[in-house]
Amino acid sequence: MGAVVSLDGLLDTRRVWKGRPVVEDHGLQPTGHAALDAVLPGGGWPAAALSELLLAQEGAGELQLLWPSLARLTSAGERVVLVAPPFIPYPPAWQAAGVDLRWLSVIEAGSKESLWAAEQCLRSGSCAAVLCWPQRADDRALRRLQVAAETGQALAFACRDQGAALNPSPAALRIAVDSKPAQWRVLKCRGGLAPARPIAASGRTG
Amino acid sequence: MLWACILLPQLALDSVLRRREDADQPLVLITGPANRRIVQAVNPPARALGLRAGQSLATAQALAGGFTTVEHDPAATECQQQLLAAWAYRFSSQVSLHYPRALLLEVESSLGLFGPWPRFEACLRKELKTLGFSHRIVLASNPVAARMLANAHDGLAASDAELTRAALAAMPIDRLGLPADAATAFSRMGLRHLHQVLTLPRETLGRRFPAQVQLHLDRLLGLRAMALDCYLPPDRFESRLELNFDVESSQALLFPLRRMIEDLAAFLAGRDAGVQRFDLFLEHAEGADTRLQVGLLAAERDAGRLLELARGRLEQLTLRAAVRNLRLSAEELPAFVPLAGELFSARAQQQQGWEQLRERLRARLGDDAVRTVGVVADHRPECAWRSADLPATCAPGPAPRPGWLLEAPRSLPLNGLRLLAGPERIESGWWDGGDVRRDYYLVETAAGQRGWAYRQLGESRDSPLWLQGWFA
Repeated sequence: MGAVVSLDGLLDTRRVWKGRPVVEDHGLQPTGHAALDAVLPGGGWPAAALSELLLAQEGAGELQLLWPSLARLTSAGERVVLVAPPFIPYPPAWQAAGVDLRWLSVIEAGSKESLWAAEQCLRSGSCAAVLCWPQRADDRALRRLQVAAETGQALAFACRDQGAALNPSPAALRIAVDSKPAQWRVLKCRGGLAPARPIAASGRTG
Repeated sequence: MLWACILLPQLALDSVLRRREDADQPLVLITGPANRRIVQAVNPPARALGLRAGQSLATAQALAGGFTTVEHDPAATECQQQLLAAWAYRFSSQVSLHYPRALLLEVESSLGLFGPWPRFEACLRKELKTLGFSHRIVLASNPVAARMLANAHDGLAASDAELTRAALAAMPIDRLGLPADAATAFSRMGLRHLHQVLTLPRETLGRRFPAQVQLHLDRLLGLRAMALDCYLPPDRFESRLELNFDVESSQALLFPLRRMIEDLAAFLAGRDAGVQRFDLFLEHAEGADTRLQVGLLAAERDAGRLLELARGRLEQLTLRAAVRNLRLSAEELPAFVPLAGELFSARAQQQQGWEQLRERLRARLGDDAVRTVGVVADHRPECAWRSADLPATCAPGPAPRPGWLLEAPRSLPLNGLRLLAGPERIESGWWDGGDVRRDYYLVETAAGQRGWAYRQLGESRDSPLWLQGWFA
C-alpha cells in the first residue's frame, strides 16, 4: 500500500494547497464567552484584525460582548482606546465589569477625524484594542482599519448599525448583536465557516 | 589634550542659504555703505555667472542679471555661530568661540564616547552637512595649532605634539596668523616656511620681533598654554527668521519652520534638555503677532516629532494677515528623560509609544481630546463620572449600573416598556444646588434594549420616564 500517503505528510510537503491563508499566531485572544470561543476558528477574536459588531439598536449589548476581553487586556496593563464613543462610558459599570480604568482612554473626535484617530491608534502598536463607531464608513475605510490593525498588531472593533450587514466588509469577523432575543450571530469569520446557529448572549441578568 | 578646529569658511553665506528653499539659485551677499555696495560672498551658481567676492554691486549687475541679493547681517551670522556652539556642546564640554568663524572643541575626553577620531569626525561632518554648513575640520594637539592648520588643511589629524609640530613646520609663514608686519618681514628675510623660522636662535627672534610674535609661536607649538573662554549654553532658546517676503499660506511656512525646529533640536541635544512648551510667533507687517503655542505632556527633543506637532497646530491656523517674520521661543527646557522601552515587549512591532501617540492625537484633535474617565464618589449618575487625567477608583456599589450614560436624559415613552427592576431611589445633591430626587428603574424596550430610566419623585405613575443610560 505504497500509495497511501498520510494527510499530515501531504500538508507538510505543501503539495496540497489549503484554501485559507495561514493564520499567524499572534497569541490567543479569547472573547471570555465560552460558547462564542467554541465556534470561532482561532478560539477567540481574530488577532491583529478588524472585528465588526453589527448592532440591532443602540445599546444592544455590545459591551456585554466586549467587556470580558477589555477587562482581560486592561488588567494585563495593555491600553484600550475608545474613539469617539456615542455615549459616556459610565465608570462604575466598567469598573464592575473588571475594566481597569487607568488603561482606558477616550478620544473625542468628530466623525471625520474619528477614523483617522482610530487608524493612528491601531497603527501605533501601543494600543491592545481600539473601539470605534464609524458612522458612514465605506469598504475602503474599513480596509484601512484592517490594515492598520495588522500593522500595529491590535484588536480593532468597529461597532456599526445592522443595516450594514448586507454590504461586504473586509473585517475578519462579523458578529450581529441582536437584542430581542439577546443573541449573537456570527456572519463571517475568517479561517472557518460561520456557524449557522445563533449564540445566546451571556452576561445578561434578569 | 586634543583640539579639533571646525572652520566655517562661508558662515555668513551658509547662514543665509540654509534658510532658503531656492538655495540653488544665484545669490550674493552684499555689504558696505549705500553709495558703495560690495559683493561680499557668492554662492556657486552665482560664481558660475562670473560674479566674485569683492566686486562692486554695480559691476556685478553689469556682468549678470537674475541673481538675488541679500544684505549681510553680522548679527544673524553671530546667532548662527552661537547655535553651532550649542550644537558642538553636545560633543565636548570645552567649546570655544575664540576665533571668528571657527569652533574649537576639546575632543580627547570625548573620544571614549564618540569612538575613534575618524568615526567621530565623520559624525561631525554628517551633522554639519545636515545643518547646512560647509566646513573644514582639523585635529591638533593644541587649539592655536588646530586653528592655524585649518587655514591650509581639511581632514588633517595630527594626533600628538610631534605630528602637530611636523604639520606646522611645513606651513607657509603667512598662513600662521602672525601679525601682518612680522609675516611680511619673515618672507622678506627669505623664510617662507615655519621650519625655517624655527631653526633660528630664539634670542635673535626675540631681539628682532615684538614679544607677541614669540608668544604666538610658542602657543602654536604648545610650549605655552592659551586661556580660552569656554562657551556656556544659554538657558533658553530663541530664534528669529526674517522671511524677506510676505507669506500668505501656512504651507509656505513649513520649510523655514523645519529649519528652526532642527536648530532647536540641535540646541536641546547639546544641553541634554527637552522642550515641553514652545511658542511660535508669526510676525505681521501690522498688528500684533500671531502666537501659536505648542505644548507637550512630556519633554521631547526629536526634531521630526516636534515638527510634526508644530505642523499639526500650524495647519489648523488661518492666517489673518501675511507673515513677515517667524520667531520661535522656548523658555522652559526641562531635563530630557528618554522613555524606557521594554526589551521583551509582547508587541514587537511597537513603532510608537503611547505618549507619542497621545501627542499626535492632541496636536490634531485639540488639547482635551484624549482623556480617561474617573469615578467620583457621588450617587447622582451625572456626577459620578468625570473625565480626568488620572482616574480615581472606588468600590462599586451592589446595584447594576449601565455601561453607557447619555449626555442628557431623554424622555422615553411608556408604551411597550417593561419594568424589570426598581424603583431605586437616588436622592442627593441638596447641598450643592444640583438637587436630585429620582426613582430609577431598569427597563426593557419593545426592541429588547435594556435601559436605565428614572422618574422624578412626585410625578404621576403614567408620566414618561427619563432614559439616562443603556445596559449595552
